[in-house]
Amino acid sequence: MSHLLTLQDLSKAFFGVHAVQGVTLNIPEGAVTGLIGENGAGKSTLMNMIGGIHQPTSGSMYWRDTPYTPRDTAAATETGIAFIHQELNLFYNLTISENLFIDGFPKRLGLIDRKAIDSRTRELLKLLDLDLAPDTLLGELSPGERQLVEIAKALHREAELIIFDEPTTSLTPREIERLFEVIDRLRSNGKTVIFISHVLGDVERLCDHIAVMRDGQLVAEGPTSDFGIPEMIQAMIGRELSALFPDRTAQPGAEIVAEAINLTQPGVMKDVSFQIRSGEILGLFGLMGSGRSELARVLFGLDPVASGEIKLGGKPLSGGPQARIRAGLAFVTENRREEGLLMDAPISDNLSLVSISRFGRTPLNLVDRPGIAQATADISDQVTLKAGDISVQPAKALSGGNQQKVVIGKWLMEDPRLFILDEPTRGVDVGAKYEIYTLADRLAAEGGAVLIISSELEELMGMCDRIMVMNQGEIIDTFAEKPWSQKAILAAAFREVAA
Amino acid sequence: MNTDLSRLALRNATILIFTAVLVLFGLVAPGFLSPENLFNIVKQSSFIGIAAIGITFVLLTRGIDLSVGSVMYLGPLIAGFAMRDYGVGVAGGFAVAILAGLAMGAINAFFIVRLGIAPFIVTLATLFFFRGAGTWMTSSRQFDFDREMLDFGLSSVAGIPVPILLFALALVIAHLTLTRTTFGKQVYAIGADPEAAKKAGIRTGTIETGVFLISATTASVAGFVLISQIGRLDVAFGEGREFDVIAAAVLGGASLFGGVGTAWGTAVGATLIQTVKTGLIFSGINLYLQPIALGLVIFVAVLLDSLRAWRLQVSQRRAIRAEVAD
Repeated sequence: MSHLLTLQDLSKAFFGVHAVQGVTLNIPEGAVTGLIGENGAGKSTLMNMIGGIHQPTSGSMYWRDTPYTPRDTAAATETGIAFIHQELNLFYNLTISENLFIDGFPKRLGLIDRKAIDSRTRELLKLLDLDLAPDTLLGELSPGERQLVEIAKALHREAELIIFDEPTTSLTPREIERLFEVIDRLRSNGKTVIFISHVLGDVERLCDHIAVMRDGQLVAEGPTSDFGIPEMIQAMIGRELSALFPDRTAQPGAEIVAEAINLTQPGVMKDVSFQIRSGEILGLFGLMGSGRSELARVLFGLDPVASGEIKLGGKPLSGGPQARIRAGLAFVTENRREEGLLMDAPISDNLSLVSISRFGRTPLNLVDRPGIAQATADISDQVTLKAGDISVQPAKALSGGNQQKVVIGKWLMEDPRLFILDEPTRGVDVGAKYEIYTLADRLAAEGGAVLIISSELEELMGMCDRIMVMNQGEIIDTFAEKPWSQKAILAAAFREVAA
Repeated sequence: MNTDLSRLALRNATILIFTAVLVLFGLVAPGFLSPENLFNIVKQSSFIGIAAIGITFVLLTRGIDLSVGSVMYLGPLIAGFAMRDYGVGVAGGFAVAILAGLAMGAINAFFIVRLGIAPFIVTLATLFFFRGAGTWMTSSRQFDFDREMLDFGLSSVAGIPVPILLFALALVIAHLTLTRTTFGKQVYAIGADPEAAKKAGIRTGTIETGVFLISATTASVAGFVLISQIGRLDVAFGEGREFDVIAAAVLGGASLFGGVGTAWGTAVGATLIQTVKTGLIFSGINLYLQPIALGLVIFVAVLLDSLRAWRLQVSQRRAIRAEVAD
């Protein structure tokens, strides 16, 4: 098989520290290559060199056996390389066709030739089986549709190599299915794909070849048939991970910490009732759009509820988020980048954000800086944060897993009774996942109650005492018996039983 | 059904306020809705309107231009000197006003794009700087134009006054630029997501330079058009007008957060402000209360705008259960 792109002993050092070291890799043409590795393994740096964002410190690249030295991203685009990032490069206020042509429109009489761009766009959308009018505003599309538009853009630029960086994190299962069909089609049309993902099951399913990176080096490579998921994990972390999940250290107690009684909101949910006891981890599973995140928002007082009651420690919970935080509720959102963290602020500021009012010193209520420094240092130890000077380093400089620890850590100061974790391990690598699970276990062991909302059934089965399943705003069933029946839980989520 | 209707109303909030204002003043002051008066309102709107169309480009890219009030003063002043000392005539003066506007826009753009200083700071500084330059040139005396300037300002083509023609011309050019050129589309793209725009290969510096050139040029032309109807230029001319101009654009649906706005909407916004001003005079409201009344209208319109954004967001929230349909 011929190689589209060859990397020869490629290295990149930042300030003398190697981010990528001596990588030699062939990307076969017309196939899907999976690239996996923990956060910080050097995948992004490697891709940035291919994309022309970083220049290699040493080594060389060859595109169809001729030397390839991109100076910038435009050069990479010119060569035929397209990137599809987690955060899409699209504009909500332009139409689909305008988005495709944003770097250069065909003109007629000095003005944009709308007919030409619309007909070309229609062609490309048809290739992707996307039934949308070219003049639809991008802002009206779902995340999955937007991603297909990004792929259409790559096709429009006649890309030969399309690099997907964590493409599935914001998609529903159905959209993921559709994306994979499209990737299959790209492959059968002779396009070459590099697929970067933490979801190893997807990698196994989709890829022809797999390359594994660790600490800047290529540690394993070969056809997918040589790898199983355990082998992938072992190659990624360099040791055998005895288990994906930590052992639970506590059993649920008798005390009911939180209780929801017949929560109903027209159009959103109906008769949602459940109880969580101290020391318990309760899982909430449902497909995208089942109402699981909406339930979390209702519990936290962000969205209204027409009838029903929420009790915490036996007392009814009311008011907005502020009052509920005081009552002992903590909420880690599914969208930590936008809702959970001040990305540019130092880590310590993020950690003290929720409890800042505790550090007021009378009489002027000035902020007690030494007190905050002490408290935030304690918290960062508790959550085993891997960071430099937390009073200086901004949150955005942390890896995804460590960011999530900061989000969880900022609630710890309040000693919450009920912790709601919404998709706590999304976009987080295997090692950091384990640490987040350990943290959840400790929250429960210390007498708190934890509600984990997730679309990854495996992690709920690994961590929870009970699993509730939601569909269309209703609790369909609650599972408590171990071993879990994955089939029964999925059936409930798809509502095959009730339908 | 009900939600559809309220969504439609919110989408067209400016037009609805406009209609309400017209009806209200029409009832209070007979003669307000007469064709001559409405015509007059459009004519008087052209001053703020032309400048507001220009600043819409800046707002679309998430920028702000506070210097337009001073540009309205300095641009026509330089044109006046050229007409008096070099005899370039009104057409020449108009060209000089355009060039002066481009130059002032280039000064703003240099500091904003090249040196990376926030537009708010740069244009706040040039607000003082441009007016200061004019005060120095005139020793803060009034500048009188020749009769030919007034002849131009009060002339009509095919029965349509020149200020209205220029207002319409600015609107058509701006509309075509925003909807049918690469530059226009890239302006929207930068407003939506500056980082993504850079990654998409858009030359953001060039586009940003362009919008500040446009804003200053339209402000200078707007000043020239109004001065040509007055015939003289005093030192306070255009002072505080930056707020009228920004308010007109925001009334017309432009967002101060960038990415949202149209030339057409801004023109409606400018006309709405002038309609309220004229209406207040017509209905004989206490002169000293009029700024408060005008402020209230702007406040209500901007409030409705944020209400609209919020309502639209709520109404487009996905429904999980089917019962919401009934």
